[in-house]
Amino acid sequence: MALAPLNKLPVTDESDIVKVRQAVRAATLEIKCSLVDQTKVVTAASELARNLLIYGGGGEVRIEILQERMRHGVRVTFEDQGPGIPDIEQALKDGYTSGKGMGLGLGGAKRLVTDFNIVSEAGKGTRVTITKWK
Amino acid sequence: MTETIPILQLDDLLLVSIQVDMHDRLALQLQDNLTEKISQTGARGVLIDISSLEVVDSFIGRVLANISSMARVLDAKTVVVGMQPAVAITLVELGLSLEGIQTALNVSKGMALLRRS
Repeated sequence: MALAPLNKLPVTDESDIVKVRQAVRAATLEIKCSLVDQTKVVTAASELARNLLIYGGGGEVRIEILQERMRHGVRVTFEDQGPGIPDIEQALKDGYTSGKGMGLGLGGAKRLVTDFNIVSEAGKGTRVTITKWK
Repeated sequence: MTETIPILQLDDLLLVSIQVDMHDRLALQLQDNLTEKISQTGARGVLIDISSLEVVDSFIGRVLANISSMARVLDAKTVVVGMQPAVAITLVELGLSLEGIQTALNVSKGMALLRRS
């Protein structure tokens, strides 16, 4: 169940990556994540927001605060209408890069959060959802 | 954007303290400015204080590694100091161990390291 109203942020240039980091930080503070967990989610969000910009040609980030029974979480969704990822398995491997990064983005971001979900369709776009439960 | 990160000179050392949440272009600009400054001043060491940085992602990590390599080619040694523990934990889990970058716990230890060499 989503508690807070959706917080939507467009990502169309690199200064938006900074805004995404700040908004995700604020959400993790709201559910009182530890400093290490805050840093992990914010870092994962930074990687994914950059992917959105570089590979997806820009897109939108949505931030939600979740509540499930007694626990709280932060869910961040990154959605673009870019070219899509042809081979997700390969894209998640460390060291895989299509050329512009270090090849740590997707696989690295996955390790920093509790749940990681990616849906991609060639020619239609990619949606990555990460959740960190407190 | 007119924002820049100041580079201070102390004898043959260059000192940088990153106090803002850097967007990518600002990080690249720092890389260029520092390289330029090493060449101009003939500095032998570069100290980069990242104690105010709450996030180091793969992009900033790569910029720090680039600075370190470029400085080395220009005969200067780089030390990155003051990384927050949460940032260190996150970086390693992300898969970035910053190999090739010399680090020190704080500014004084970093300075001692640069002065020794």
